[in-house]
Amino acid sequence: MNLETLIQNFLNALQWGSFYALIALGYTLVYGVLLLINFAHGDIFMMGAYIGFFLATFLLGQYAFALPLAFPPQIIFVVTLLLTMVLTAFAGVTLERVAYRPLRRKGANRLYVVITALMCGLILENGNLALLGASRRNFPQLLSNTVYSIGEVTFSDVKILVILTTIGVFLLLEAIVRKTKLGMAMRAISYDRMAVPLMGIPVDTVIVFTFALGSSMAALAGVLFATAYPVLEPYMGALVGWKAFIAAVIGGIGEIRGAFAGGFLLGFVEIFVAAFFPSTLRDLIAFSILLVFLSIRPTGIFGVARATKI
Amino acid sequence: MRRFVPHLLYALLCLLVVFAVQSDLLNAYLQLIIMFMGVNIILSSSLNLVNGYMGEFSVGHAGFMAVGAYITSVLNVWLFTSDRVFGPAVLPPASVIYLFPVTLLIGGIGAALVGLLVAVPSFKTRGDYLAIITLAVNYIVKSSIENIQGIGGARGFMGMRNVVDAMQDVADIPWIMLWVFAGTGFSVWIIYRFVNSTYGKGIVAIRDDEIAAEIMSVDTRRMKITAFMLSSGLAGVAGGLFAHILGYINPGTFTIMKSTEIMVMVYLGGMGSLSGSVLSAIGFTVILELFRPLQVAKWVVIPLLLILLMLFRPEGLLGNRELTDVFPRLRRILAPQRRQA
Repeated sequence: MNLETLIQNFLNALQWGSFYALIALGYTLVYGVLLLINFAHGDIFMMGAYIGFFLATFLLGQYAFALPLAFPPQIIFVVTLLLTMVLTAFAGVTLERVAYRPLRRKGANRLYVVITALMCGLILENGNLALLGASRRNFPQLLSNTVYSIGEVTFSDVKILVILTTIGVFLLLEAIVRKTKLGMAMRAISYDRMAVPLMGIPVDTVIVFTFALGSSMAALAGVLFATAYPVLEPYMGALVGWKAFIAAVIGGIGEIRGAFAGGFLLGFVEIFVAAFFPSTLRDLIAFSILLVFLSIRPTGIFGVARATKI
Repeated sequence: MRRFVPHLLYALLCLLVVFAVQSDLLNAYLQLIIMFMGVNIILSSSLNLVNGYMGEFSVGHAGFMAVGAYITSVLNVWLFTSDRVFGPAVLPPASVIYLFPVTLLIGGIGAALVGLLVAVPSFKTRGDYLAIITLAVNYIVKSSIENIQGIGGARGFMGMRNVVDAMQDVADIPWIMLWVFAGTGFSVWIIYRFVNSTYGKGIVAIRDDEIAAEIMSVDTRRMKITAFMLSSGLAGVAGGLFAHILGYINPGTFTIMKSTEIMVMVYLGGMGSLSGSVLSAIGFTVILELFRPLQVAKWVVIPLLLILLMLFRPEGLLGNRELTDVFPRLRRILAPQRRQA
């Protein structure tokens, strides 16, 4: 493998890892606060992509009815992105309200909440399939997708946008969690769940904020993913979601740095496996790495083992 | 003599069904449903051993099923039928009626060995992380099968119909249904004996408190290996039967959806309740058939049912209780030996 191909694969891995990192964030944020694996998160990502699709086609005037005025595609992209993030955040919060909060109020076993999450994911996937049909949808091309090339290395502006956005999100989230009051409350809840309500911290508000944050990041990933790979189908969130979850676990679930490290690591592994082996082995190797990793170091890269009291 | 009343009752029931089939009282569709009930009973009761009695959270049961299904099918097609890929039959086709249980068992053993992949990490991890490991094993199995071109890869594997035909040639009785009955009876019996033995109480001890169990001289590692291997081995047997009922399998059958289906049965029936698992497997199979007209929406309704169940009756229909605890009179028939204690 020469240098150009190496750099090319490096860029591809960065982009691929960015999607994993953005979705892994949702898992890790919710786990950090609630100790709940939100298995429906991959499908929130799918919902984000679909909401983005409907908004974009609506704003382009291709859906339902034509709008009286036409916007330039770049503006539509930005508006779609922001609106999708807001709407998907609502969807995530609704999920928490309807499915998880009643169980939490009843003090149900964590296992039951996990099963509920799995089932919610199935409902989202199959509900989508039942409502919208099995036909795939094409995400409209909003960005010019210009391809630049330096030497033999080619990259599109979408690729650069994805990578830069992910780095920006990382910095933003680190700032939110480390510097703001809400972030402090989030860390406090994961540190000691019993003491936090006693300190007058509104736990439910923090949880809603966490879900909103995680879901909007999934929506961001959804719209960017649909821009880069413009085919939408109801099960698109399932496998990507599981992989992102692996990324979160490898990084150490509950840690924002871990989600990014794990996401990029998984991206690199997958792209370079596909570069050397037949690409059908990609899933096999990704899951085997997870298995080996968890057997050796169950807490992930950044995770800290919680001591069990006897 | 009264000890054997449940066994006799079960044998009588099976004979009745077989006679009904022989005298054309049951059409092919009903036969299929009855056979699926048997397979589902094996699956749900074996998963209940890990998820209910041992209190772990295994979400990849379909993976073990796939291993058993493929090993049994490939062995049978290779040994007893002349196939395009595997060439002429190695053994005389008529011997399939004696050797079918053997291949079924080999499939179960293969699945049990794959179960070690889960059992060994379970020494160090519990709960969520172990759930992920089981899920990963499910995907690894599915992905490996897809990559082995010799057994059809993603296109699937068929030819089991010929194996069944070879059995029919010897004697025209519903062979597969007999094997399903035998397998179901065997699994329920072995799980019942296991969890009610002094040795088997160890897994309930692990669920309640692993450290205390360790102190009370339960060999937790060995216990976990036994439970996981037994559970996945029985799932493999169920897979082998499943493959021969359908006559065609492909890796896409054994996904997380199938695992979820089994999980629904376990939690519907109640964790740690063998009779609950059996009843819910029967009920769920019926529900699944009743919902068939709903098509895709079936998979919205079933998860919704489970969510409502989690909200209003999280312990399932018979949580940690057996049928004999709910209806004590049944004990006279079903478990008379307990009264002597």
